Amino acid sequence: MSAVPTTDTGTHEPPDYRQVQSSAEFTELRRAHRSFAFPITLGFLLWYLVYVLLSSYAGGFMATPVLGHLNVAFVLGIAQFATTFLIAWWYSRHAAAALDPKAEALKSRLEAGA
Amino acid sequence: MTLTQQLAAGPAGAHRPLIISLFAVFVAATLAITVWAGRQTRGAEDFYAGGRRFSGFQNGLAISGDYMSAASFLGIAGAIALFGYDGFLYSIGFLVAWLVALLLVAEPLRNSGRFTMGDVLAYRMRRRPVRTAAGTSTIVVSIFYLLAQMAGAGALVTLLLGITSETGKILVVVLVGIVMILYVTIGGMKGTTWVQMVKAVLLIAGTLLITFLVALKFDFNLSALLGKAAENSGKGAAFLQPGLKYGATATSKIDFISLGLALVLGTAGLPHILIRFYTVPTAKAARKSVNWAIGIIGVFYLMTIALGFGAAALIKPEALTAANKAGNTAAPQLAEVIGGGAGSTGGAVLLAVISAVAFATILAVVAGLTLASSSSFAHDIYVNVLRKGEATEKEEIAAARWATVGIGAVAIVLGVFARGLNVAGLVALAFAVAASANLPTLLYSLFWKRFTTQGALWSIYGGLASSVLLVLFSPVVSGKETSMFPAAGFDVFPLENPGLISIPLGFLLGWLGSLLSKEEPDARKYAELEVRALTGTGAH
Repeated sequence: MSAVPTTDTGTHEPPDYRQVQSSAEFTELRRAHRSFAFPITLGFLLWYLVYVLLSSYAGGFMATPVLGHLNVAFVLGIAQFATTFLIAWWYSRHAAAALDPKAEALKSRLEAGA
Repeated sequence: MTLTQQLAAGPAGAHRPLIISLFAVFVAATLAITVWAGRQTRGAEDFYAGGRRFSGFQNGLAISGDYMSAASFLGIAGAIALFGYDGFLYSIGFLVAWLVALLLVAEPLRNSGRFTMGDVLAYRMRRRPVRTAAGTSTIVVSIFYLLAQMAGAGALVTLLLGITSETGKILVVVLVGIVMILYVTIGGMKGTTWVQMVKAVLLIAGTLLITFLVALKFDFNLSALLGKAAENSGKGAAFLQPGLKYGATATSKIDFISLGLALVLGTAGLPHILIRFYTVPTAKAARKSVNWAIGIIGVFYLMTIALGFGAAALIKPEALTAANKAGNTAAPQLAEVIGGGAGSTGGAVLLAVISAVAFATILAVVAGLTLASSSSFAHDIYVNVLRKGEATEKEEIAAARWATVGIGAVAIVLGVFARGLNVAGLVALAFAVAASANLPTLLYSLFWKRFTTQGALWSIYGGLASSVLLVLFSPVVSGKETSMFPAAGFDVFPLENPGLISIPLGFLLGWLGSLLSKEEPDARKYAELEVRALTGTGAH
């Protein structure tokens, strides 16, 4: 794997994107995005699907009282809201820490050359 | 007189002048904003993307204003009021869907596209056929969505203003159409964005007020509210459990799964939502706007619990269904009761405020939809396909403005004919088509290097045709009392929502089309797209 090419200043050739694509820096950026976004997406879609299936086929379980008139169905529904907020926050934290610095470094190097 | 009695008595009511004045104030204020925004609209960047200078928070508000349609405000509150827990299921799919947009779509789209969804879909492909396909599916999805909102506008005036004459309803649809054409042609994306922001603030403020009043009435005790709702609904504990609406038969259970799939995968493929990401300067701002939208929309849907169960607890179910069979007036009816009851000043004012907010909601959403479809027509089809990319910026904007007038006219005509149609079916169809035709191509384009032009075309047209055809042969169109053509009987497909079949089919066709493709995928263009999408290099 090669490093990101830095084009001479003065030339206005667009960057060689294939070379950038196979560079170590870019491969690492892609890995940092995919290794977070893909499994989490699969996870929340499955969790949503489980909730939908439970609502359709497990009425008895969903009706179990938890607190006063609140039952399992409500608790799971509110939990869907909570996990959505939580994942949004978690992804943003991950992006700020692991994606943005790498993306910005690559971008400024490429645009300085272009 | 209560709202119900008024409606039963036909066009009457002390509330009407107040509702109409409030609504007129909203239209006048938003048109003034539009004219102001129009003065600053010069180039294509301004018209399509609002100059790309909105902040993440502003765009988050505008996204919320674009997304929370009358279907979610009136429809979900009504569904909860009548069916209890099952009404709540809708809001969860609508919210979780935003994570797909956040994690996979918003940032790469912002980085690699310019004005439309077609920009990203056609990036690595043979441009003209893919642009044509992307433009077609953008316009089809937006028109179905638009149709639902226009039909909703007609139904709403009947319910809230007591206008029952057919001429009156046609006039309202025409009026909504004209105002939306003015918003978009004059104000472009900048004007539309401000209208959506104003509407989002009004909707959230109105909902907060009612939620607070309901909470006050039940001493901030959720369990007590639920208990009273279950008791008053006459359905007891079943009202608080899933099953009243979707649990009836084996088919309705599968239908619910199909609907859930369409909701959760549709949002990230809705063109009028996708083009909102171009209004901010960077991918980071796009991420921030989705985060704000998730927060605002999430809180709003949580408040629909108070609205829906509040209506169920405080209003007799017969009174809800007498006003509207689907319960669509539950929120305004609740506003009247919680404001002090029929005949009280508080009740009248609150009812008028909530009704005006509902109208504002429709206007902001139709403006966003019209902008999405006219942008795609002008940018994807007119400039890049018909003129082969050889058009000046001035010609392009002129084409977009004319397309707005054309699409507005089509929407008015369809809206007049769609007055009596099943609104919920149309919105769910728009989500299913978006998830089947747009999402697979969008994801493959961004993340799969072996994706080809043939794969994109199979996926877009296959997803589009299968979802539309399945709906055509479903009980939404014929065979049931609630169908568009109740007398006809070509309902050979049992599900009302096609998502369960058409979404996997869209993904499958994209994969198969690429594998069976004779041409090699364009590795150079994919490298360019991938690097730009992830780093923001060369972003517009």
